[in-house]
Amino acid sequence: MEWRDEGIVIGVKRHGEGAALLELMTREHGRHLGLVRGGRSARMQPVLQAGNSVAVAWRARLDEHLGSFQVEPTAQRAARLMGSPAALYGLGVLGALVRLLPERDPHPGLYEGLEVIVNALDDPALAGPLVVRFELAILQELGFGLDLAQCAATGVRDNLAYVSPKTGRAVSAEAGGPWRDKLLPLPAFLHEGQGRQLPGPDQLAAAFRLTGHFLNRHVYEPRGVPAPEVRAAFLAALLAAAQR
Amino acid sequence: MPSITGPEIERLIQLLARLPGLGPRSARRAALHLIKKREQLLAPLADAIRVANEKVVVCSTCGNVDTSDPCVMCRDPRRDDKVLVVVEDVSDLWALERAQVSNGRYHVLGGTLSALDGVGPKDLNLDKLLARVTEGGVEEVILALNATVDGQTTAHYVTDMLSHTGVKVTRLAHGVPVGGELDYLDEGTLAAAFRQRTTL
Repeated sequence: MEWRDEGIVIGVKRHGEGAALLELMTREHGRHLGLVRGGRSARMQPVLQAGNSVAVAWRARLDEHLGSFQVEPTAQRAARLMGSPAALYGLGVLGALVRLLPERDPHPGLYEGLEVIVNALDDPALAGPLVVRFELAILQELGFGLDLAQCAATGVRDNLAYVSPKTGRAVSAEAGGPWRDKLLPLPAFLHEGQGRQLPGPDQLAAAFRLTGHFLNRHVYEPRGVPAPEVRAAFLAALLAAAQR
Repeated sequence: MPSITGPEIERLIQLLARLPGLGPRSARRAALHLIKKREQLLAPLADAIRVANEKVVVCSTCGNVDTSDPCVMCRDPRRDDKVLVVVEDVSDLWALERAQVSNGRYHVLGGTLSALDGVGPKDLNLDKLLARVTEGGVEEVILALNATVDGQTTAHYVTDMLSHTGVKVTRLAHGVPVGGELDYLDEGTLAAAFRQRTTL
């Protein structure tokens, strides 16, 4: 078995003395693991850092085997991202999100999104909204997508202000007013057609509360795993950067 | 394959093969060498391992391993109490001591934060670090952590954690290694080296 693809490094673990177990998000083959012989060498260690893009060739005798990667760097961003705490925490958040996907299940759309986000992670103004949208995309891919296009009660597409914490459907300001305490605020930048607006700190925090609620409800709690601690650190770093 | 030695020797080979740098073949050679040098090597090694097993403790102050608590580093009166060098692992402490680059005290974290591996702040020796810094006397904390994503994530976390103490927090420079050729360096390392260039 053999294929070639491009991928973004999600994580690396030591394997024996000189090898590394590499976890990639690939364009055509989804989240995929493989062994990199010599992966702990001085030449390979800078390449095998989370956030870098690589071209890979995967080989194995049988498809179900772990297999081995041959890796060539195509974009080495890790050293640039290391200068920004928000970027490093963001890498942790993205890695944890990608790990929610089953192995070897292709998600080319998510790969494209991930590539855009890791390129922008050291820009806190862009990184926050992009990661929120990636969380929404992960929920969508896992079958728990939110419907933020129209009001669940009236069908209107304007003035959407809330999201039902049970159904994940948007509710307009008029229809949701009487139940506002029980609904989750919908930040304006997540409305369809308004994606170009950059959110302020309050909107960003509300957006992370929104996606965090549904990730907990549909993903973390059913799987019996806690939400990654790094998510709170990422949001704190973004808000701190916004205040500077 | 049928065993060609008794179970005791097989067990010795199996245990040696678990050591870093040794595989089954080299473990077999090492075991045979030990057996041949029984008086000069095997008996003293067995005794040294037994004594180490009995006496080695983790220093309750810094997290180093030694045969006494506090460790030699923490007891040494010639060391500078004002400088605290934070390292990931005992092997990093040993590397810095070999290089003789700092006369400060050390603090071993015991790992780095890793969201993917589920290593959080509670899993590291961070509470004692904060206590050592806040009890006074420390003027600079040097974060001698690996230039990896996990190492630098930990460095930023420790910096945030110590921000309210008013202590100067520094980290090791990133850049061109000795013997390194610019042509082979990644763009990020080159950019970091340029940012941290020094006047000659």
